[in-house]
Order: sequence, then structure tokens, then C-alpha cells
Amino acid sequence: MAKQAYEVISTQTLGSAVETVTFSSIPQTYTDLVVVINAFSSATSDLYLTFNGDTGTNYSRTVLWGTGASAGSVRSSSANFIALTYYGRIWDNQGTSVHTANIMNYSNTTTNKTVLARASSQQEGVDESVGLWSSTAAITSITFDLVSTRTFSVGSTLTLYGIKAA
Amino acid sequence: MAAYNLIATTTVGSGGASTIEFSSIAQTYTDLKIVHTLRSTRAALVGNLRMYFNGANTNGSSRTLYGNNATGSFSNSYIHFGYAVDANNTASVFASGEIYIPNYTGSTYKSTSYDSVSESNSTSSAIVVQSLGAGLWSATSAITSVTFMLEDGGNFVQYSSASLYGIKNS
Repeated sequence: MAKQAYEVISTQTLGSAVETVTFSSIPQTYTDLVVVINAFSSATSDLYLTFNGDTGTNYSRTVLWGTGASAGSVRSSSANFIALTYYGRIWDNQGTSVHTANIMNYSNTTTNKTVLARASSQQEGVDESVGLWSSTAAITSITFDLVSTRTFSVGSTLTLYGIKAA
Repeated sequence: MAAYNLIATTTVGSGGASTIEFSSIAQTYTDLKIVHTLRSTRAALVGNLRMYFNGANTNGSSRTLYGNNATGSFSNSYIHFGYAVDANNTASVFASGEIYIPNYTGSTYKSTSYDSVSESNSTSSAIVVQSLGAGLWSATSAITSVTFMLEDGGNFVQYSSASLYGIKNS
């Protein structure tokens, strides 16, 4: 039988409105991680990511964005989080956006950690982001956060998948 | 059931095809992913790709970000999902791409995300393009079929192909 390379680690379907969602105690037995976020919020919001509870200024990111009328790129460095959105924000209408994040080689303790993220919202635009966590620690938890005063709405779903290279 | 499952693969035969369709899609997965490689018969360099659901070529919209040694962005009143390589482009080159459709069986509007490339090792920015996009089908029906078409005309050539995967989150 062929090995299963792509496995569900955890799915969180929100039964109450929350500002943050955390995947904790992530098994260290995969090669890469993928997060798929099918969410909506109390009001339009950016989406932020941190690892292992680290909220220090250890994050940076570059985003390429397009709105349907214009395109551009922005950077942020020495930030307290990786912003996964610029125009492709989470909206208050369910079913209007798609957000994914790919985290390669997450369990190694040699390299800093990279995130490749897509944010697609027909309401506003498309973002492709690369983020860096300047830490060589293995990733054991991932926290998704919204702008303060915003909450993920009931029914939002966030799924963490593990991918095995062998 | 595994998290990532092949539902169907379709490859265009020698006669070409005006559309590529996945129909009677099982409603047992959480999300859909389509991986494709496409070329057309149209006498041009690259052509716009259009997608619609459940046989209804309506209620679609999208925003696209593209790069071809320059950058730009545009919107459409249909679900744009990249570019096919057309007949006047470099021989044997097909465009490739991926589409992700979350919660396709749900009762909300359906959002899509795509990546597409048509790289042909050319120095002309007119015939190479990479694009990313966000699409929306403003309908609450579950998706039971997906159809690809060439917005600017022509047919898909032989060896164009697409594979539909179902992804389960539990």
C-alpha cells in the first residue's frame, strides 16, 4: 500500500467566536506543514501568524499584492508577527476568501523557519507572501490572530495538514 | 479515508476539446484541488482561462495579479484562472497551474484561489506570464461539476490535462 504523504493533523471548526486560534503540540513527525483557512470574521481583518507563542520582534515578510486595478509589493521587518494578508483579508461574509500557508521543514533545529502564504479574496485582492521567523527552534505551535476587536466567526474552519517526504 | 485523494484525471485526445469538465463530483470531501497543464489551438501567444461551476457560466468574478517581467492586476466578471499557452507560442510548451476550492459542498458562496505559469524561455514578455488570482462564484449551491474553457477561443490541444483531487479535513 502506498504511504499517505498528506495527513490531517487537526481541524478546528469554531463553535464560538474567538480572536485567536492555536494549533499546539504539533507532532514532529512530518516534513512540512500546510494550513488551510476557510474563515470569516466579525469584520474585515488582516490575518497574523506567530510560532511557539513568540511575540517578539522576530518576524519579517514580503508580500506581492494585486487588487484587480493595481499591483505592488511591501515589506515588513522586525515585526511581532507575520502578516499573511495585505489586500486578501478575511471578510465578514463566509465563503469569500481562501487562505493557505505552507511551512517547510518545520521541525528542524538548524534553520530559521519560512512560510509561503496565499491570501485570495475576490472582495479586495490577491496576496502572495513569504515570511520568516528568525528562530531555529522546531515549530510546536502555530497561532492565528486577527486585528484586535475582530473575532473569527462561528463556523470558521482552520485545518493543519502534515506532509511527509518519506 | 486519506486526506488527499485523486478523484479523476482527464487528458485531451487527438481531436482536441473545447472544454474540460469534471462532472458528478462526489460530495464527500472538504475541499477540491485541481492541477492542470493546458495549451490551445488559438493563433495567438497566451489566452485567458475561464472556469465555471455546475454548468452555469454565470455569477463568477475574479481578481488577478500577474507578472511578465512587469506586474499588473485586473479584474473580470468571470472566474479567471490563468493563461493557456496558445498555438503561436513556443512549441511543446504547456501552461501549468493549480486551483484550490475550499468548502465546495457548503451553502455559502464559493471562493477559489489559483496559481498559473506559462514559461517558455522567451525574451518576450508577451508570451510568458505568471499569475495568481482570487475567484468567487456567487452561488450557494454545492459544486457538482467544474468546467474549463478558453475565454478567447480555440480548443484545448491533445495532451492538455487536468486532475481533480478531493481533500478531507477529518
